[in-house]
Formats: sequence, C-alpha cells, structure tokens
Amino acid sequence: MKFIKNILDNMRPNFEKGGKMHAFHSLFDAIDTLMFVPKTTTRLGSHIRDAVDNKRTMIVVFIALLPALLFGMYNIGYQHHISLVGVEGAVSYCDNFWGNLWYGFLKVLPMLLVSYIVGLGIEVVFAQIRRHEVSEGYFVTGLLIPLICPPDVPLWQLALAVAFAVIIGKEVFGGTGYNFLNPALVARAFLFFSYPTYMSGDTVWIAEQGDAVSGATPLGEMLAGASMPSSSLMDMFIGFIPGSVGETSVIAILLGAVLLLVTGIASWRIMLSIFVGATLTGVMFNLIGANDYMQLPFYYHFVMGGFMFGMVFMATDPVTAAQTNIGKYIYGFLIGVMAILIRVVNPAYPEGMMLSILLMNVFAPLIDYYVVEANIRRRAKRAKLAVKN
Amino acid sequence: MAGNLKLIKNPLSKENPITVQVLGICSSLAVTAQLKPAIVMSLSVIVVVALSNVVVSLLRNTIPQRIRIIVQLVIVSMMVILVDQILKAFVYEISKQLSVFVGLIITNCIVMGRLEAYAMSHKPYVSFLDGIGNGLGYSFILITMGFIRELFGSGTLLGYRIIPESLYEAGYANNGLMIMPPMALIIVGIIIWIHRSRNKDLCEK
Repeated sequence: MKFIKNILDNMRPNFEKGGKMHAFHSLFDAIDTLMFVPKTTTRLGSHIRDAVDNKRTMIVVFIALLPALLFGMYNIGYQHHISLVGVEGAVSYCDNFWGNLWYGFLKVLPMLLVSYIVGLGIEVVFAQIRRHEVSEGYFVTGLLIPLICPPDVPLWQLALAVAFAVIIGKEVFGGTGYNFLNPALVARAFLFFSYPTYMSGDTVWIAEQGDAVSGATPLGEMLAGASMPSSSLMDMFIGFIPGSVGETSVIAILLGAVLLLVTGIASWRIMLSIFVGATLTGVMFNLIGANDYMQLPFYYHFVMGGFMFGMVFMATDPVTAAQTNIGKYIYGFLIGVMAILIRVVNPAYPEGMMLSILLMNVFAPLIDYYVVEANIRRRAKRAKLAVKN
Repeated sequence: MAGNLKLIKNPLSKENPITVQVLGICSSLAVTAQLKPAIVMSLSVIVVVALSNVVVSLLRNTIPQRIRIIVQLVIVSMMVILVDQILKAFVYEISKQLSVFVGLIITNCIVMGRLEAYAMSHKPYVSFLDGIGNGLGYSFILITMGFIRELFGSGTLLGYRIIPESLYEAGYANNGLMIMPPMALIIVGIIIWIHRSRNKDLCEK
C-alpha cells in the first residue's frame, strides 16, 4: 500500500492546478480517494461530521449485495444445468456446487464489466466537463444493474441501458444526489420497454436454456393462468427458481437487509411499510378471491419475483425515496400496494415492483412537500394558540 | 431585406417554436414515430401557419379586439379543414395515420401564438414570411425526431429498410421504446439540451 501511495503522491503535482495533466484531475482524485483517506477536509461552514461518509455508505451497500450476487451466480449455473438434465450429450452437474458457481461467474462477470466500464466512463466524462469529483454513487448502481437483469441479456443492450440510465436518469439532473429516479431501475425500465422479447417470457430467465424445464418464472406462470407456481414455497424462499440474477433468493437478500438495517443505511420505515402495504393488498385479494391469482396466499408474493430485492435495495435508495419519516411510511405503503396490484390485476406486466417503485420515486417529493406543509400548519396553529393564551 | 431573412432564419434556431418557446409539443410527440407522417404534418403546419398569418394580417384592422381569438380560430379552422380535405383526397393512408392530429392543428399553440404575437400587428407579406419561418422551425424538429425514432425504432426510413438484415442476424434488435411517446419527449429534451449548450444565451439563469 505504501508503494501505491508513494506513486500517487509523486504524481499529484501533475494533476493540481497548473499541472500538465490537470484536465484529468477528477480521474486522479477518484483513484486516490478510492484507495486512501483524502487529505482535504471541509474548511467552511458547519457540517455534520460522521465517520460514515458517502464512500463508506456505498461500500456497506456493496457488501450487503454480495450474498445475493454470489447466490445469483450459483443459481444461474444450477438452473442452466437443471435445464439440461436428460438432454443428450450435455454435461450435467447440477449437484456440483463449484461447477455451477463457475458457470454463473462467467455469465455475470461480463455483465458487471460492461456495467462498470460504461457507467464509470460516462461518470468520468461528466465529472471532467463539470469540473467536479467522480462520485461514489455509481459504485452501487453498477452492481445493482446486472443483478436485476436476466442472465442472458445481450451485453450491447445492457451497455445502452446503462448509458441511458446514467445520462438521462442521473447526469441530466446534476449527478449523484440530484436524480429523482433510481438509476438502476431506469436501466431496467429502459430494457423492459425497449427490448421486451429479451426481458420477459419463458426463455430468457435461464442462461442457455435446455429443453428439460419450461423456464417460466413463478410470476410468469401465474400470469399465464396457473393456479399455483410450480416451484415449492421453500425453493422460492431459498432461491432455486429462474429469474433475474440477484432477485431469486429471499435468504440472501435478507442477509443483506440485516446488514443495511443494523448499520442504519436503509430505512426500516420504508421496508416495513412496503411489507405492510403488500400484505394488506394480498389479504384483500385473498378475501375477494375472484380468480386463481387472487386466491394465491398473500405470502407467496414475498418470495416470487423481485419483491424482496426491490424492497430492500431499490425502494430504500436514500436519494429517491421520501425524506420525511411520515413520508417514508406513505411512500413505502403505496409501493407495496401498487406492486401487488400490478401483479394481480394488470394482465400485461408479470412483475409490478419496478413500476411501482419508479412511480413512487416520482411522487416522493410531492409526499414530502405535503408532510412538511402539514407540519408547518400544525405548528403555526400551536403558535397562534400560545399567543392567544 | 436582411430583416425579412431573419423572419425565416430565427425560428429555425434562436426562436424555435418547439425547443425555445416549447409550443406544439403535443403533436410533435404524437406523429413522429415514423418519418413520413412527420413530414406530412410539417407541411400541413407550414401551410396553415403561413396562410392564416396572411389572412389575419389582412383583417387585422377590422377584427374587434374583444372577439379576436374567436375570429382567429375561425380562420385557422378553415385552413385546417382545407388541408385535411386535401390530405384525404391525395394521401389517404397518411391522413388516416395522422388521424385526429391534423384537426388538432387548430389548437396547436404555434398557430395561435404567431397570430397573436405577429400577424395581428404586421403587414401581410412579413406575416407570411414569419409563418413560413415558424412552420420550418417546427418541421425541422419534427423531421429530426421522425428520423431518429423511425431509424432506431423500426430500422427503416420512409418505409425502406435501412439497417441491414445481417445486423439483425448478428443480434441487433429494434428499440421498442423509440416508438413510444415517452421516448419522443426524451428526444425533445436531448435536442433542447444540445441546442442550449451550443447557444449559451438561451440558458435561463
């Protein structure tokens, strides 16, 4: 480490104002702060000082995502090999843990590389043009995007979606912290609406699918009119189902959720209220019970599709969620309600989590506005009473 | 003469009805999924704006102030009906594609905007040029959008295949979002972005 630090310190003068390579100062700055604690401190104004800065926050979220990522890799291999059972001439090692993991790793690695190279490339260019530092924000987004894509998504589409998300979803509004939509979900929505045949249906959820299984996700089966998903509740809970890379395993996601909640990075209010909203809507549909989908026990919704992943990692994004505490309850509750509503009632979309979170992202500032206004009004009333007395 | 030329040139960039005045967005989102309707729509708007500008300008001293909007509307709707009938007679297919949007030229803010802002206070000839200029400014954006959206959304231009089959076989796919109105809004946004970053004086403080 000392060695790297020496190199960076020797190079520093080149990147400072007036140096030969000043044009690339933000790139240098990014590498420097990624590896070491920066020397610069805030000089002016009052600031909340805390050991948990933006970088630390992002790294904790990154670690929280690792279980889902690792399980996702394993599951890609597992699903691929299961779909080959009985196919002639195919190597099947669905009981072989390392073989499955390796297969999934080789699938996910290019997606990660594309996501990070394209996303960070654009971030660096914008940082250069706008003369600010490269923000840590993309560190997590770059990992989230591959986790919510099907394992076989074409890489050029992924690259396009990443570019779209970073430019239109984030940089247009001023970069990290100013975006009102979750960039990772913008990328997924772009893919979903631009290339629907690659993002939905029965053939995209298992990498290089063989003929032995149908390949539909539990949500897809329900949309197609099944009375129950063909996978058992336990399989869906552990994550042995086809689906997007990181969304299948509820256990892995819950591990991440625990870390996020313990460190206080994700809001428990949002998670809780999403859970409550979805439960109430699910129970309501159970009581109506007009068709098979409505009769599906409500707790199935928590283990199917991207519900858990969206709840833990997407809806709790501190930038795009509601900021006030009451606002967070409203925001989360409506996400939960809408996600189940879209799943059960809308015949066009099998999964409602992405759309409901994006929708509530748009409404979050409005919710906050009214929460703040209500508070002002209440206090004004109290002040008036005090004057009267 | 230089002043007259300005009437045509300004609306193309610095006073563009769509990207600067942000008028006529609705129709520009609706008809630009393909290039051909975009071109026909552009021509219709040029004709309607230019002719109603002339007529209103001729009548400008006789129109009573208090009912001027309704008089302008009557004149515009007359022009729109003419255009609509001509489209139906000669390019029926496209007329069907444009459907209600030809009729909606009546409510296109560009038309009313030019009548109010220009034709009511200027002579017929310059009003005519102003109408042509604004129509061209509108067309320029519409055709750019139609070009981008048809090329990437359908892989064709004016119905002819541009993106070769071999590219599709190599894994390329048309972008479905391009055909949807939200993407049109985003494209307008990007055009405005590029336009303003090249003309700093347009940026609001």
